[in-house]
Formats: sequence, C-alpha cells, structure tokens
Amino acid sequence: MIKNDNIKITTNDLCVFYDEKQALFDVNISINEKETTALIGPSGCGKSTLLRCFNRMNDTIENCVVKGNINIDNANVNNPEIDVVQLRTKIGMVFQKPNPFPKSIFDNVAYGPKIHGMAKNKLELEEIVEKSLKQAGLWSEVKDRLSQPGTSLSGGQQQRLCIARAIAVRPEIILMDEPCSALDPIATANIEELMDELKKEFTIIIVTHNMQQAARVSKNTAFFHLGKLIELGPTDQIFTNPKLEKTQDYITGRYG
Amino acid sequence: MNRILSKSQNIENSTNKRHRKEKRFKSLCLGAVIVAILFLIILLSSLAYKGLSGFTKTTIQIPIYFNEEIIDPENTRDIAVINKASFRKIFKQSLLQKFPEAKDNRKMYRNISKIFSRGSTYLLKKMVLDDISLIGKTINVDLISSSTIDQLRKNNINIKVPESDRPVSDATLKIYDQLNTEGVIKKRLNFSFFKYGDSRNPEEAGILGALLGSMFTLIITLLLSFPIGVLTAIYLEEFAPKNKFTYFIEININNLAAVPSIVFGLLGLAIFLNFFGLPRSVPLTGGLVLTLMTLPTVIISSRASLKAVPPTIREAALGLGASKLQAVFNHVVPSAAPGMFTGTIIGMARALGETAPLLLMGMVAFIVEVPTSIFDPATVLPAQIYLWADSPERGFVEKTSAAIIVLVLFLIIMNSLAIWLRRKFEVRW
Amino acid sequence: MNTTLLTILIISLSIFAFYYAVYKIKSAQSLNTKHRPLHSYYGWYCLFWTIFPALLFFCLWTFCSSIWIDKTIINIITLSINEEGATNISLQLNAIKNAANGILTDQVPKEILSNYISLNQKSEFIRFIATLGIAIIGLFFLIRKINPDLRARNKIESILMVLMFIASFIAIIVTLGIVLSLLFETLKFFSDVSPFEFFFGTTWSPQIALREDQVAASGSFGAIPVFTGTLLITIIAMCVAIPIGLLAAIYLAEYASQRTRTIVKPLLEILAGIPTVVYGFFAALTVGPFIRNIGETFGLSIASESALAAGLVMGIMIIPFISSLSDDVISAVPNSLREGSYGLGATKYETIILVIFPAALPGIIGSILLATSRAIGETMIVVMAAGLTAKLTANPLESVTTVTVQIVTLLIGDHEFDSSKTMAAFALGLTLFIITLILNVIALKVVLKYREKYE
Ligand SMILES: Nc1ncnc2c1ncn2[C@@H]1O[C@H](COP(=O)(O)OP(=O)(O)OP(=O)(O)O)[C@@H](O)[C@H]1O
Ligand SMILES: [Mg+2]
Repeated sequence: MIKNDNIKITTNDLCVFYDEKQALFDVNISINEKETTALIGPSGCGKSTLLRCFNRMNDTIENCVVKGNINIDNANVNNPEIDVVQLRTKIGMVFQKPNPFPKSIFDNVAYGPKIHGMAKNKLELEEIVEKSLKQAGLWSEVKDRLSQPGTSLSGGQQQRLCIARAIAVRPEIILMDEPCSALDPIATANIEELMDELKKEFTIIIVTHNMQQAARVSKNTAFFHLGKLIELGPTDQIFTNPKLEKTQDYITGRYG
Repeated sequence: MNRILSKSQNIENSTNKRHRKEKRFKSLCLGAVIVAILFLIILLSSLAYKGLSGFTKTTIQIPIYFNEEIIDPENTRDIAVINKASFRKIFKQSLLQKFPEAKDNRKMYRNISKIFSRGSTYLLKKMVLDDISLIGKTINVDLISSSTIDQLRKNNINIKVPESDRPVSDATLKIYDQLNTEGVIKKRLNFSFFKYGDSRNPEEAGILGALLGSMFTLIITLLLSFPIGVLTAIYLEEFAPKNKFTYFIEININNLAAVPSIVFGLLGLAIFLNFFGLPRSVPLTGGLVLTLMTLPTVIISSRASLKAVPPTIREAALGLGASKLQAVFNHVVPSAAPGMFTGTIIGMARALGETAPLLLMGMVAFIVEVPTSIFDPATVLPAQIYLWADSPERGFVEKTSAAIIVLVLFLIIMNSLAIWLRRKFEVRW
Repeated sequence: MNTTLLTILIISLSIFAFYYAVYKIKSAQSLNTKHRPLHSYYGWYCLFWTIFPALLFFCLWTFCSSIWIDKTIINIITLSINEEGATNISLQLNAIKNAANGILTDQVPKEILSNYISLNQKSEFIRFIATLGIAIIGLFFLIRKINPDLRARNKIESILMVLMFIASFIAIIVTLGIVLSLLFETLKFFSDVSPFEFFFGTTWSPQIALREDQVAASGSFGAIPVFTGTLLITIIAMCVAIPIGLLAAIYLAEYASQRTRTIVKPLLEILAGIPTVVYGFFAALTVGPFIRNIGETFGLSIASESALAAGLVMGIMIIPFISSLSDDVISAVPNSLREGSYGLGATKYETIILVIFPAALPGIIGSILLATSRAIGETMIVVMAAGLTAKLTANPLESVTTVTVQIVTLLIGDHEFDSSKTMAAFALGLTLFIITLILNVIALKVVLKYREKYE
C-alpha cells in the first residue's frame, strides 16, 4: 500500500447510484496531500463519478444519489450541511473538454476570485490573474491579448486557461477529468509539465486513459473496474508489478 | 464542520450573503412562474364565472289562452290564416288575465310585457303551428323572460342603487318579486343558445350561425392548406434541389409564419375581394385567407416530421427497386403522417381562434340566418365574440363569455387530439 | 345548393372513374400477364383527368363571369343614372351584390337587381352544365385510353411532381401578393397624401375626409401619433412580458425538476393558445375597469381604454413567446459551462447571471425581437381594449390608438375601395409589414447564429 502519513482525502464505503443503476460499489480510497493520484480503468467504470463526488458535483445531477463518507481534512463533505460553495472553492476542477466561459481571457481567470470576493481592488485582482496565468504557463502567450475572448485560444491554451481559472481561487485540491484527451501531443506535454509544477502546491487527482501519462505524472495510481476499486498503490508498483491479475490485464492492454 | 472547510471567517460571511442572494433570485424566478400561471387562472376563472350562467335562461310560466276568436275565427285551421293572426293580442289578453290590475294602466302593462322576451309572440305562434289542437285551450306556457329579468335572477343587477341607475324599474321589480313568490320563475338550460343564430335580443341570441360559419371556414382552410402544405413540405424536404431558389422559398415560408395576421386580411381584401371580386362575408373567402395564414404552420411542421424519418427507410425502399417518388409516398410519408396531422390540427386550432383578418373580410356582419353553405354570408365564432363584446346590453356579457367557453372547449378538444396523436404515433427511431 | 349538387356529382363521377379504370386494367391484364404494374395508378390517373379540367374550368368560369357580370351591371347603372362619378357606381354595385346576398343596406333599383340575379343564375347554370360535361368528357377520353401499354405510373409521377412544384410556389406567390397589394395601394395613397405628411405629420383624423365628402383634402394623415401609440402599448407589453417571461424561462431551465417542467411548460403555452379575441374581451371588460377603479381610489382619472390595460393584457399574452424560446435557448447552453462555473464554487445565481445569461444572450434577444414583432402586429386586444382616437402622448393612463386598430377601423364595414381612407389603411399595413419583417429577419438570423455556435 501507499505511504499514508499525509492523507488528504479518504472515502468510506462510498456508493453512488444513478436511479436504480449503481455506478460505484463500496469504494475505500485514500489520497495523499501534495501528490498526484491517477485514476485509471476502462470506460464506464466510475472514475468520473468518483471524481465528481469529491467536490459534490454530482449534486447537480437530478437522479444521482451518493452514500457513504468522504473525508477531506477530517470533515465529511458528503454531509448535507456542508456548503458546496465553500467546498468547491477548496477543490478546483478541470474538465475533459476545455470549457472557457464566453468572456475575455482576463475575466475567465478573474471569475472565481471575483465571485468569492478574494480581491479587494482591481490591482489585487490583476495580480491574482497574472500569478495564475504564470503558474499555468500561459502568461507569456496571452499577456498582450487579455481582453480577447477565451474561446479564441487554441485547444491546449484553452485547457491551460481553465487550469489557471481553477488555481486562481487558490484551491487545495485540483480534480482533473481526462484533461488532455482533447489535445494534441505537444499541448499534452505542456499540461503534463504544468502538473509537475502544480503538485508542489496542490493535491492533484487525475483521471486518464493514457497509461503512459498516468505513469509519467502520478505518484499513486488507483485502478477501477465496474465501479469497484480494484487496486491502489504507488504508480511504479502498479505499472511494473501489480498485485492483481485484472490490473495486469488492463495495463498490458488485454482489455478495456 | 463548516468552519473546518472554510478558509476564513471572512469568506464564510460573504458566502452566507451569496446564499441569501441565491435564495432571493430563485424565489423571484419561481414568483414569475406563479404570476404567469396566476394570470392564466384569473383569465379562465373570470370567463367561467361570467360565462357559465350564459348557458341557462329564465322562464316565466303563465297561463295562455289561445283564443279561437283571435287566431282562427272562421275555424278554417288554415296555416295561412294562423300565420296572419295577431298573437300579440293573444299574448296581451293572457297577460291581462294574469294581471287584471294592468287593464287600464298602460304604463303598468308596458312594465309587465317587458319582463318577457320580445320573441314571446313568435314562440306562441310557433306552438300553435306545431299543434293546431291548442286553439281554444288555455295552457301554462313557459315563456322566456327578457334579458333584464334573466340578469336580475342571476344577481347580475345591483338593486340597491337608485332606480335611475339600474335597468329595472321599481315597478318591474315588484312584479318580479310577486311572480317569484308564486314560484313560476324558473331556471332552465338554454338549449336555444346552440339552436339559433345571432339576434339583437340577448335572450334570443345563439351561436349556431357562428359555429357553422366557423365550420365551413375551417373546412375550406383544411381542404386547401393540408394538401398544399404537405405537398410543399414533401417537395422541399425530399425532391427540391439545394439551390438558391429553394432557399428563397424556405425563407419566404419562415417569414410568412411571422407576418401579423392582419396583413393577411389586407391581402385578402385587396386580392380576393377587390381584384378577383369574390363575395364578402362568406366562409369561402374567409377560408382562403386563413389558408394562406395557416400554410406556413402546416409546411413547417410537416417538414419537421419528414426530417425525423430516418434515411434508412428511404434507402431500404430504394434498394427494393422503388422509384424515388414511390419510396417517398409509400414509405416516408406514411411514417411522417401523424406529425403532419398534428401540425395541421394545431394550425386549424389557430385558424379557429383567428379574428383579425376575418374582420377585414367582412365576417363580422350582423347575420341572423344560419349559413347553409360556404357561399352564404356568415360570421365565425371569434368574430361573434367580438360583435357581442361590443354590444352595450348587459345580457350580452354572459353570452360573450359563454361563446368564449364554447370556443375554448373546441380549442382544447383540437389540441388534445393533436397531443394524443403525437403520443400515440410517436415513433422513436 | 347548385354547387353542392355539382360537387356531389363530380365526386361520384371521379369515384366511378377510379374503380372503372382499375376494373378495366385488371381485365385487360388477365390477357397479358407479362408485367403487372400497380392497378391503382390507372385509377388515380383516370380520376385526375376527370376532376382536374373540370375544376379548372369551374374556377376560371366563376372568375371571368363575375368580372363580366360586373361590367354589364356597371354599364346598366351608368346608363340609368346620369354620370355621377365613378366611385358612386362601385358603391351601387356593392349594394346590389349585397342585396342579392340578402343583406339590405341601401335602396337599390329593382330592375337592375333582378337583372343581376338573372345574369348570375344564367352564369351558374352554364357553369353547372359545362363543368359536368367536361368531367364526363375527361372520363370517357381517359377510359378509352386505358390499356396495359399506358405507363400510368410515370404519368402519375410527373403529375405529382408538377403539383408539388406548384404547391411550393404558393409561398412565393403569397409573399409577392402581400408586397404588391400593399405597395400598390400605398403608392396610390402617396399620390394623394405626401409620404412626408404620413410619416412625420402629427395629426391623424382620417374620418373627416369622409364626412366632408372630399378626397383627402381635409382629412389629415399624419401617422406619428398612431406609431407612438403602437410603441407605447408595445413597450408596456414588453415591460410585463420580458421580466416575467425571462425569469420563468430561467426557472424552468435551471431550477425546475423534470416533473415540474413537464407540467408548467404546457400550462404557460396555454397562454399563447388562447385566442386573442378572448384577451381583448378580458382587457376591455375586466382589466380596463379594474385599472380605472384603482386609479379612482387614488384620485387619478384613467381612461377606461387606457394604454396600460391593453398593454398589460398583451404582455400576458406575449409571456409564453418569450419564456418558451428563451427556455430552449438557455437549455441549449452547453452543460460544460455550468459545470465549469459550479466547479469554481459559484452559486446558481452567479452562474446564471455571469455565465449562462451572457452565453444565451443572442438567443434571448432573438426571442424578445420575435415577441416584439408579435406585439406590434397584435390586433384584437388593441381593437377591443385600446382607443380609436390618435393622441400623441407617452402617458400610459391615457387612451391611445395603434396601427392595427386604425387598419381595422378604416376597413371594417362597407365602403368604397378607392378613398384615401382605405388606402391609408394599406399604407399603415405596409409599414407594419416592413417593421415586423425586419424584426423577424434579424431575430431569425440571431437565433440561427446562436444555434450554430452551440450546434
Ligand atoms: N448522469 C448519469 N445518469 C445515469 N447514469 C450515469 C450518469 N453518468 C454516468 N452514468 C453511469 O455511471 C457509470 C460510470 O460513469 P462514469 O462517467 O463515472 O464512467 P468513467 O469511468 O468516467 O468513464 P469514461 O472513462 O468513459 O469517462 C457508467 O456506467 C455510466 O453509464
Ligand atoms: Mg469519465
């Protein structure tokens, strides 16, 4: 198992249902702080569902029911009394398809800080935007066109804009759902580099179908199959010497 | 627990404010929905409240002596003689018998005769014509009351205001009370509302003329707009080359769908009435105008249902050696038919409720006769509503509302039919 | 009645044609069974040639004979009355026609009336015989031609293609008809009244012209007060419809559960399905007096046909036009934008106002434009609940008139067609048509662009 001296998130018998259909079965997983954890598994196995449990994104789906505990910093975020607004400030999310708002590049990044009242004045806001864009490695490319719409950027730039947007609110955890699947190899490499940078400051959970990517960016890897957590461990060990045959089969590409 | 998650007290305070704003906004949106639905409820219930009493009438039972001396003194029993007889006299004689005190009091007699419908003498004549053996007998007849008395019974007239401010005089009121205590004033279902055409007297006015006028007009509309609309839709969807001209036709259709209906009235007036010299006020020309107005609806919905038929059906038919036309007419059109019918019914419902263009086509004339063909002068249901709504008599208010109820009922039936058709034949490809 | 009998005869004839053709081809084919084309094509082919020429003749004859009869009668009138100006004659002709239809308006000369009626009867008789004859000739001609070598299917197919092409042409003809008829009358109007006066004049009193029996000389056709009246009522209507419609759309698209949606959406659409004459009645009889009474309690004198009452009710009618289309537009905003915003910790309100609304704005503007064009062209509500006199005012408590009200009051009832009064109605109609057309075209463009953006 992985070292668990600095655990950030643990789940306790987490089950998720879409109407009658159960998507996750008794998932118990723990995720370390300021490390990158990769979630892998065949399509439809519930990776996105799990990811969306962490920031209660499943609340927005009418027919979705989540049971069990999710502890982040020892608080159960699945508690209905938890304020999702504050929770999501703490947990950022980056989606599969870049989804910049139909606003300017600046406003895209400033959106979060603005609604949360993080900047006292315009100057502070500009500082936050600049810092986030720099951290997302986008600053040099867009600093002269901040007022252009975010949708005018290339796909890879858009995705980095979304990452900048997410880190602008200073979250502690960043959830990434296949962030590179819509990007070409060069843009993917850029993002991977960026993640390497980000993990110093943020806890990152990434869903990916790309085994090499998981191996490159993550410290720990969890393998899911049919809604169940099959194996969780250090990435090296999962990829070179998995304990279970199912994991072995998947990684070597025998199915999925 | 909240505390643990939040970064600072500061942020938590501001989130509370944000949540309050959120709640306020949500209630505002919900409020808008409720207001809109409330409008609907107020509208419908005020109509129902005003209109339901329009389906009842008031009758007053008095003994009528069918005096042979007046009707047929020579005992011929000839229809022509009876037709000529003065039933006004019969009516007067019987009234005076009932109210002897009015004999030498003309004013009082006038008051008394005013509580009966002006069509009473006609009713008496009709009774005798239907049954000659009545002559010489005295029987109790339920005479229809005048509209004022009807309104009085329905409590639509405030009798507390001074005499000069209300349509009934104190004297009439006294007679009414006397009759009421006798128990001869009765409430009846007003079947004649559906049996007669328009009239200047509210108590005699019916909607049969308008109903038939609407029916004839809609038949014309249906017979023209359905085939033309469907053929256009099929051509545009299945056969038309994708060129500028086709695009031009499509733009035309889309724009016609949004042209104000009154403009179609102007078109009909200028082209059908003035240029082609077709007759005014008849269902034929009214139907023609409504056809032009309904066509875009039929075309657009038919195209939508044709579009929904998957190409595999066409390919399958073509693969079996059918011609393009056969494939379309034998396989595609039947699958799209329910959608076409639905669209047509919705278009018809809209045409049924349409008034403005028909005003210009002269379909608002005061017409007593019930039309028997598409060439007879007629009015339509909404135009009848408009006419009655404009009439000053108190009694027409409930007639108008009653006619509206009938119209809305027809619309509900048509729309339910459309919904039922859609549900029943909805094929999920 | 004549026509009913004719219809019945033609229909039975065509049914006979259909079945006889099918029967004939069947018996012919039993001799020659090489190929078996579908029999019903022969039936349809025969049926078509029985009905179509007869129908064509019927329509042509009706049209031509009515023109010819009119001419004849006009000749008789001009002979009997010593020339009294052309307008008078057309009025007389109308009166005679009405009298023949049983509507007695004016005194009409007996001989001319009977002349007219007898001419009409003759024409109808000829029409009856000839139509029937043509149908029968068509039937026999075709029946003789029926044999297996006749490629009925191809013939039917080409007939259908021609019919379909003609049908789709009608849309263009209608548009052309609208434009030409409006333009024609408007140009005539502008030769009497200068366009400058019409578009910039501030007094509108077309009735005077009629009373003094002079053409346009004393009637004034300054349409500004009519336009401002329309504008005022439209603005009031939109002030009611836009907030309620938009907020309702937001509720339906963003807050309501699926079940609420399926109930509330049709309910709102009922508002759009209620005939406008009903709204007019409601406005004139309930809302107008209600507003006046409220005004009285505050010591305000409000016209019972105030712009406020008409605008308010029109606004209610317009609500579903905005809510329905806006709901579609808002629902079409991709979910990824919503999730992106929620993921940053935004509340629903913030998401709606800051992300969804701007994204949906083009579509919403389109729906508002469409609704505005609806309000401007709406007729019955204002005819019944707004005033008749044109007043140049921005006070919603006063009574104003609108373009559509003026069109209806100028054209309702019998009148000579060539007076400035009627032509003024067409000028108003053309203005209305152009304005609504522009609004619609822009709205459709905007909505289409929007759809393309989010596919
Ligand atoms: N909104 C929903 N309603 C119903 N079922 C859903 C919904 N979202 C997901 N599911 C189901 O839940 C299961 C898990 O879905 P999930 O999206 O978590 O899979 P995934 O592992 O992310 O797959 P992928 O790699 O393709 O993204 C799937 O079987 C899916 O069909
Ligand atoms: Mg997924």
